[in-house]
Amino acid sequence: MNDTPLLQVKNLSTSFPTEQGVVHAVNGISFNLDIGNTLGIVGESGSGKSVTAYSILRILTDPGRITGGEIYFKGENILNYSEKEMYDFRGKKISIIFQDPMTSLNPVYTVGNQITEAILLHTDRNKKEANERALNLLELVGVNDPQKRLKQYPHELSGGMRQRVMIAIALACEPDILIADEPTTALDVTIQAQILELMQELQKKLGMAIIMITHDLGVIAEMCNEIIVMYAGRICERGTADEIFYNPCHSYTKGLLRSLPKFTKDREKLIPISGTPIDLLNMPKGCAFAPRCKDAMQICLSELPKEIPINDFHLASCWMNVKKVYDEVKEGRKNG
Amino acid sequence: MLKYALKRILLAMVSVFVIMAIAFFSMNAIPGGPFAKEKAPEPAVQAVLEKRFNLDKPVMEQFFLYISNIFQGDFGISLKTGREISTTIFESFSISAKLGGYSILIALIMGLILGSTAALTRNKWPDQLIVFFTTLSVGMPSFVLGTLLLLVFSLILKVVPAWSIENQNYVLPIIALSLYPTAHITRLTKSSLLDVFGQDYIRTARAKGVPRIKVIVKHALRNALIPVITYIGPLTAYSLTGSMVIETIFTIGGLGTKFVTGITNQDYPMIMGTTIFLAILMVIMTLISDLLYRAVDPRISFD
Repeated sequence: MNDTPLLQVKNLSTSFPTEQGVVHAVNGISFNLDIGNTLGIVGESGSGKSVTAYSILRILTDPGRITGGEIYFKGENILNYSEKEMYDFRGKKISIIFQDPMTSLNPVYTVGNQITEAILLHTDRNKKEANERALNLLELVGVNDPQKRLKQYPHELSGGMRQRVMIAIALACEPDILIADEPTTALDVTIQAQILELMQELQKKLGMAIIMITHDLGVIAEMCNEIIVMYAGRICERGTADEIFYNPCHSYTKGLLRSLPKFTKDREKLIPISGTPIDLLNMPKGCAFAPRCKDAMQICLSELPKEIPINDFHLASCWMNVKKVYDEVKEGRKNG
Repeated sequence: MLKYALKRILLAMVSVFVIMAIAFFSMNAIPGGPFAKEKAPEPAVQAVLEKRFNLDKPVMEQFFLYISNIFQGDFGISLKTGREISTTIFESFSISAKLGGYSILIALIMGLILGSTAALTRNKWPDQLIVFFTTLSVGMPSFVLGTLLLLVFSLILKVVPAWSIENQNYVLPIIALSLYPTAHITRLTKSSLLDVFGQDYIRTARAKGVPRIKVIVKHALRNALIPVITYIGPLTAYSLTGSMVIETIFTIGGLGTKFVTGITNQDYPMIMGTTIFLAILMVIMTLISDLLYRAVDPRISFD
């Protein structure tokens, strides 16, 4: 194994100062991503998934600021890069595709123009070579009649086609990491499956790492080997896909999984997570999920849970796990 | 494209005809006439004059006579000065075109620059300064501004001479005429740029590694221009009507003045000639702005 991970996020914090106060969107998260791996980030709206992604590319919109932490790409802290160095970094080393392909392409430029723009920016290809490359890319992402599509405007394409074009733009310079920010949320189900399949295929072909951001556990299960569960800008649980799905150790993850429909039992009722997402303006002192957690204890409200290992492939930040260990020890003493 | 332009031109001809009819009949509905003044000529002379200019015939007949004359390229002569209407229009238009053309050009250039500056420095001092300026300019009628400019710069400070035939200084009239549209375009550009900055495709462009300047100029500005271009039509209408007021204040003998004095004198051929001319001009500018609109926004189709 390689010693330095491809991407290493350390204690990243991002906040948005507003008139009402500071919105703490991301609060000290850390994770690694290795070459060729797929990392899934799950969480509900406002949990800080997308802000994490935008922070990595430093494309936060005003007034968003990275307030702490480090982001190492191949051992270099990109937070120390100048804006000019970032121009060279974005789209070349790390690319991103967005949630809504209907609005993510510029309506007044042709598809060809928007793909070749990235190629011309990051490579030495001339216009003609860039056009050829764009044509190949459209073929690669499975767009039919690519020659014609190059000259078309986004409004002339369907949603699925546009997302394929977005992927083509993202892959234009063969990035090491592709961040997919809810890439299938705005698409209908059959197209969703096609896009996910395409991404997996491309990953095999090009060997890039993928960060898959979604609130759809189905997508995560299909795509990722490692999963991070986020809540209120913090990581509450992380581990391999199997561990998270079959051995959830954080009340929030358990709730998420309970709210998924299963096809094994008939007429089983879905259990929603009660309450509303936390107000990021007034973060509680303890665990952010405690106000909605039915197992919350005194300590959950007053102290932030530490991330503790469940096993070699699994970490969770929940006081319940500490209690469990404590109870086991006590039980053991009694018996022994 | 060509088919669309032809269709629009045909429609434009219909509009011009309707405007012509409305102007002709309402003009004739106003009591009095070109020769019914305080110093009215002898009844016999008046009868001869009216016969000479077909004014003794029924209005409907006059209308058709007038139209058939127009199709022969004859716009008649001024009942006041006796000069050819077409010559008068072209002479005075060369003055008005300078005034209106420069004003539109300045309004567009300044509006785009100020609007972009305000959007880029949002809530900082340049933006606040620009907001102050636009609020002031939108709130002040051009005749008040024109008079103030004349008073301050020509009479008190004597830095810019007032307009005269020998000394055609267009600075003050252009400022007076262009201030309102400049402010309007500034606000339009600012709000539309801010709207565009929040769009997903701007984020896409940034994520691609497009430098900031290029994001603004290539990706944002072209989209933000769309509402500004649709304003070119109304802008033309504004500077046409606005120049009537401004020309009167600065005593510039342009088309606007001819139009206004034509009406007060009830100089029928003059009223008709200027109306038709302005209507055609307006229609052409609207057509141009629609074609430009299409050139900038591919989502607009002509079919």
